[in-house]
Amino acid sequence: MVRFLIKGVLRDRSRSRLCFIIIGGCVTLTVFLRGFFVGFLDDMLRQSAILLTGHVKVTTPAYAEEADLLPNDLAILEVDSLLAAMSANYPDLFWSPRITFAGLLDIPDESGETRTQSPMMGIAVDLLSEDTRQPELWDLAPKITRGRLPQEPDEVLLGEEFASRLEVEPGETATFIGSTMHGGFTTYNFRVAGMVSLGVSGIGDYFILADLGGARQALDMQGAASEIFGFYNDMYYDDPAAIALTAGFNNIHNRADDAYSPFMQALRDQNQMGQVVDYAKIEMWVIILIFMTVVTIVLWNLGLMSGLRRYGEFGMRLAMGETKGHVFGTTVAESVIIGLGASVIGTAVGLLLTYLVQEVGIDYSSMMEGYDFPMTLVMRAKITPDCWFIGFIPGVFATMLGTMLAGRGIFKRQLSQLFKELELEA
Amino acid sequence: MDDNHIVEIRDLVKNYPVGGGHFTALRDVTTDLVVGEFTGLVGPSGSGKTTLLNIIGGLDAPTEGSVTVLDMPLGGKNHKELAHLRREGIGFIFQTFNLLPVYTVFENVEFPLLLIGMAADERKELVDQALEWVGLTDKVKSRPAQLSGGECQRVAIARAIVKKPKLIIADEPTANLDAKNSHNIMQILVHLNQELSTSFIFATHDEKVMGYLTRIIHLIDGRIDEDEHISEPEYRKGK
Repeated sequence: MVRFLIKGVLRDRSRSRLCFIIIGGCVTLTVFLRGFFVGFLDDMLRQSAILLTGHVKVTTPAYAEEADLLPNDLAILEVDSLLAAMSANYPDLFWSPRITFAGLLDIPDESGETRTQSPMMGIAVDLLSEDTRQPELWDLAPKITRGRLPQEPDEVLLGEEFASRLEVEPGETATFIGSTMHGGFTTYNFRVAGMVSLGVSGIGDYFILADLGGARQALDMQGAASEIFGFYNDMYYDDPAAIALTAGFNNIHNRADDAYSPFMQALRDQNQMGQVVDYAKIEMWVIILIFMTVVTIVLWNLGLMSGLRRYGEFGMRLAMGETKGHVFGTTVAESVIIGLGASVIGTAVGLLLTYLVQEVGIDYSSMMEGYDFPMTLVMRAKITPDCWFIGFIPGVFATMLGTMLAGRGIFKRQLSQLFKELELEA
Repeated sequence: MDDNHIVEIRDLVKNYPVGGGHFTALRDVTTDLVVGEFTGLVGPSGSGKTTLLNIIGGLDAPTEGSVTVLDMPLGGKNHKELAHLRREGIGFIFQTFNLLPVYTVFENVEFPLLLIGMAADERKELVDQALEWVGLTDKVKSRPAQLSGGECQRVAIARAIVKKPKLIIADEPTANLDAKNSHNIMQILVHLNQELSTSFIFATHDEKVMGYLTRIIHLIDGRIDEDEHISEPEYRKGK
């Protein structure tokens, strides 16, 4: 019987082709939407983690409270011993100390007088030690627009827009004017190694990226760091694990009576990222749910049309002794055959599209000019394991549901009218 | 039930609700159909022919009285039991053929056997045999759209006869055919009736069909007006 049904589905193009195209298209869109949302969310979380929050972040409670003011006088001290302990206790993560600082950047002319000057915001990470993963995380090499990567502690990278505004070239000196972590006045001469374009809106106009060693020197922060960022080794943010890790860490290390004891926050605890994560996940499922509902309604209508077209066939089959349940069952089985076939094709096309957008990305930087929120300017999809099967939900289940709704008419059929109805079919 | 009877009808009444009251389509019908009979239900429109066919075929239920078909009393039977009766014991031939357009001649004829759940080898043997009876062995792979009206009706006959049912119900089987094809079809049915002892019951207005019947039940206003047994039907004379 199944072979008989498959033959019918393959031969009756008016029965299968439109359904196949609609289901396949819907499955393609479902797979792509899923991959796109996951990629977008993943990119956003990754970007946020690298730039602002880490997957988890350790500061002092006092620093966390005033973090917007970049209060390096509240920085963590004796960072190396804390790093060693955390590396030993949490092997799923790697740790990276960071100094975030602000001040003025002065570009002197040949005689040492100020040529240009601007407020700046700096991030100092470990760019130079052998086992550092920071250049890889920031993906710096391809983002260098001029010059090269820093090779010495006192070398810095300037945001391309910032460097253009200051009219500074690689190799020139840039003097940081600010205050040390102890509140003293400091000036420190950095050498501009190159310019970088991070591809993130809101970063670049006032941005310098320094090596941790150079920043410590400039700010008199030996052995200290503003924050210690923790990243999962696979760079995938696991929200429940991060929450559990944070709670465990704070139980052990954080003391309520010590404003300088280590205090850990997960990504979701910072910059309202928790809301973003929750909202994005809900939004994704709402869209997929709406999408599935629409698909079901469309397929319901297709099923109704098909049912009308095959009214005579169903009548003949009922007259010949097929039960209503069997006729209904075979129409559902046909829908499963069509749904499965279309889902396989739709998933393949969806994966291909997702792969293309994963590799090439969609550059929307021109739309983000003037926005200061740090967001990636190239949206990328991501093929996740569920992309391989998520399309089968609308592809098979929505098709079945639509067919079952449409097929209810079979049970309402009055057999006593069959002869008359079949005569009218001529 | 008498062994020789294929259908027994006793005091059959069929009412249909109309507005606040009801319309009586059949009243006090009592008759038996005997194995191998070639019976026609004849009468004007509204006389109850199709209603009686429906009830015998288990497609409709009597309001009063009893109907027994192939030893199964139809009163109180549910949809599945009646479907089983039709599937196993009754063949249907429709005025408009009602073939499945996307399937070949072979597959159309094979369909009732699939419903029974018969094995493939056995199905092939029976389908080949049925197509031989109706003279369509050269059209096995054709689709209905490639056939003439007469050929389509022969496929429909093969489909009805393939499972060798004891009873075949035919509703105006020649209504859409010209005279030549009508005679062809009726001759095939007569041959099958004689060869397989299959009982046939027709609803018809067609004089050509009546010329082959061995029994004609005249219905008027839902009653049997005349029950005529014909020893030598007009078109069978001399055969």
